[in-house]
Amino acid sequence: MMELIQTQLPNALYTMFCVFAAIAALGVVSLKNPVSAAFCLIMVLLNVSGIFAFQQANFVAAVQVLVYAGAIMVLFMFVIMLLSIESVAHDYPESKLLIIAPVILAFVFLCTMVIVLIHGHASPQQGNYTVEAIQQNGGNIRVVSEVMFSDYILPFQIVGALLMFAVVGAITLAKRRMD
Amino acid sequence: MDKIGDHYVLQALILSAVLFSIGLGGIMIRRNLIALLMCIELMLTAVNISFVSFARANHDINGQLMVFFIVTVAAAESAIGLGLLIALYRNLKEVGTAKLSALKE
Repeated sequence: MMELIQTQLPNALYTMFCVFAAIAALGVVSLKNPVSAAFCLIMVLLNVSGIFAFQQANFVAAVQVLVYAGAIMVLFMFVIMLLSIESVAHDYPESKLLIIAPVILAFVFLCTMVIVLIHGHASPQQGNYTVEAIQQNGGNIRVVSEVMFSDYILPFQIVGALLMFAVVGAITLAKRRMD
Repeated sequence: MDKIGDHYVLQALILSAVLFSIGLGGIMIRRNLIALLMCIELMLTAVNISFVSFARANHDINGQLMVFFIVTVAAAESAIGLGLLIALYRNLKEVGTAKLSALKE
């Protein structure tokens, strides 16, 4: 009994993360109140972080919680609180066709993706970073940081500059008026 | 040829497809800029799941680096988007897409 729990518990947890993420995503697109939708999005991001942790992507899982579920969603909540709730009336289109057609379109897209994924083949070219190799080289975060500060040093700098431009742009846009 | 990855990877890839199509449907249905931005975040998250899963399936670390950069760009994008939203609300007193026709006239 104990053994069965130990082998089946990770799989059950993983499936639970997936199902909860999908349900919360439905909440994001269907809930009218933006605060509830934002909380659903936080649920999606936390569950996705759990999925990353299961796939031994520790650094990405931590970034997902800190930056996405933390910083970005706090920004969202802040703006939602700043605006009035009444301003989000007339959210859905009036005609039923404009709701049903996108749903059908998205469903067809989903079916195509699932068929492609189920019948897809694994890539013939496999990289060097197996789970064991990453463990031997000092764990996920160490390996990620070594690659980030050697191969990806230029993109890293560019992304830093991008963040600074975004901050300046956001302040300029949100300022009351230019003098 | 073998199938893509193991059990975990396939499940995560299907979740990624589900989240992406939910976000896509939401973008087409909703008429409210906050909801549109949240749907964009949903689609970006779906892409992140794909990157991490394929990185695991192919024993490659570059996918995880890509996720880091995507998260950074998403942070910049939502900061700019919400700044635009506040500027828009100040001028129009609402955040729906129906009144966004100033460039048409």
